[in-house]
Amino acid sequence: MYSEKVLDHFQNPRNMGEIEGYNGMGMVGNAKCGDIMQMFIRVNDEGIIEDVGFKTFGCGAAVATSSMATEMIKGKSVDEALKLSNAAVVEALEGLPPVKIHCSVLAEEAVKAAVDDYRKRKAGEAGEAQPEEKKPEEENV
Amino acid sequence: MKRVYLDNAATTRLLPEVLEEMVPYMTELYGNPSSPHDFGQKAASGLSMARQQVADAINADPSEIIFMSGGSEADNTAIRGIAERYSKKGKHIITTAVEHHAVLHTCQLLERNGYEVTYLPVDEYGMVTVDQVREAMRPDTVLVTVMFANNEVGTIMPIAEIGALCHEKGVYFHTDAVQAVGHLPIDVKAMHIDMLSMSAHKFHGPKGVGALYVRRGIVLPPLIYGGAQERNRRAGTENVPGIVGMGKAIEMALDGLDEKAERMKALRDRLIRELPERIPEIKLNGHPTVRLPNNVNFSIKYIEGESILLMLDLNGIAASSGSACTSGSLDPSHVLLAMGLTHEIAHGSVRMTLSDETTEEDIEKVLEVLPMVAERLRKMSPLYHG
Ligand SMILES: Cc1ncc(COP(=O)(O)O)c(C=O)c1O
Repeated sequence: MYSEKVLDHFQNPRNMGEIEGYNGMGMVGNAKCGDIMQMFIRVNDEGIIEDVGFKTFGCGAAVATSSMATEMIKGKSVDEALKLSNAAVVEALEGLPPVKIHCSVLAEEAVKAAVDDYRKRKAGEAGEAQPEEKKPEEENV
Repeated sequence: MKRVYLDNAATTRLLPEVLEEMVPYMTELYGNPSSPHDFGQKAASGLSMARQQVADAINADPSEIIFMSGGSEADNTAIRGIAERYSKKGKHIITTAVEHHAVLHTCQLLERNGYEVTYLPVDEYGMVTVDQVREAMRPDTVLVTVMFANNEVGTIMPIAEIGALCHEKGVYFHTDAVQAVGHLPIDVKAMHIDMLSMSAHKFHGPKGVGALYVRRGIVLPPLIYGGAQERNRRAGTENVPGIVGMGKAIEMALDGLDEKAERMKALRDRLIRELPERIPEIKLNGHPTVRLPNNVNFSIKYIEGESILLMLDLNGIAASSGSACTSGSLDPSHVLLAMGLTHEIAHGSVRMTLSDETTEEDIEKVLEVLPMVAERLRKMSPLYHG
């Protein structure tokens, strides 16, 4: 049912785990539906995503789409990362079974949520208040 | 890589001895059993032999066995048949929340046609009690349908007690015994069972063939109309090789049933005992002892069932899960939810179902691989902070 690419990313996930010094974090999905994706990004002063990591609770496709999404945004600017579409992730994985397309949507949303968070933190820094470091546990799961 | 098959509740390997019985009915004895010539009559005697074998296995009379395409058709025939035939008596049916979809979806169809269905809740082990059935009974109750043993968690229902109650109250009693036949001793007379569904591919017979036992005296309209096969109870030229295979398979399953069950239980209990020693935070689903000898079902906290299956498969172990991702729906198994599991825990279930062919070595492989799989997936999980 899964392409070799999907199985490869499932078995050898790229950029798996929380990264050090991240300045953007997004978590999407919920345990009720069986998929949660968490995406960490570290963006440098030039707005380039230097490093990225993910954690996923979900099926094989959920793991593979998050892994692929991290590869596709690493080294890109945040603006480029925002252009990442779920279709592009699916294509890069050489296809997904129709019932798994929602996993790729989740991956796209996880990237957007991480960039969103990064921008909020940045806006916060620009103002007076220093934002608190967000704890992933406190996100609504 | 030697592959370990632990999905025998989904289907089983056809035994070579069974195949051997079937082959002549495809190559030489290919007549239509309704034909009066020798070709036909040879096929017809194959059918009667199988009918006797199936009847003997559950202490029924051969005339009480109707062959059909499998467990789903048997469930449909029994439930829709009683509803159609006895609707004057009443339009209330009692079943459980944990039945197979072949029963549940049939009951839902009847609800759309003016029936009322009581879906008995189950306890944390997936069990219903005879008292629950008694309390749900009404003057207009026509049918009680409770599965013999649950296909996901293996819990064995108190069928003889429920049968006695139905008998006393004059209510028809059907049981889906698809997972029980070939694993548990069944006596339809002693257990007061009026109708019983079974399916050959669950006990090392061929796929696409099953039977419904219907106690003499109950007249069920057929689900499939057409010719006079199966004494007007199920039309269509019989699947002769399949039926012959079913007869042989059930005979073989019943031969030494107790010893085989004991052996499987020992392997089952090794997994039930040792997996929690090797994987922290896992939970056995189903009853600890009143369960099918071949069923093991655990929820592994913080991880999701399909990814467990996939990683097991990549390591040569075939299992199954009640996760939504394996069914293509959004909700995890209705059985696990009915037992009170949260969605998250239900998504993390893994079912391993043994057969008589499962070895100690197979079990050791699971004990080695599953903890490794759990650890790898937990490392990836945002829910795990261990
Ligand atoms: C309890 C139960 N009932 C019914 C069925 C359906 O049987 P079949 O596949 O022969 O239609 C199954 C098989 O999965 C089952 O486990």
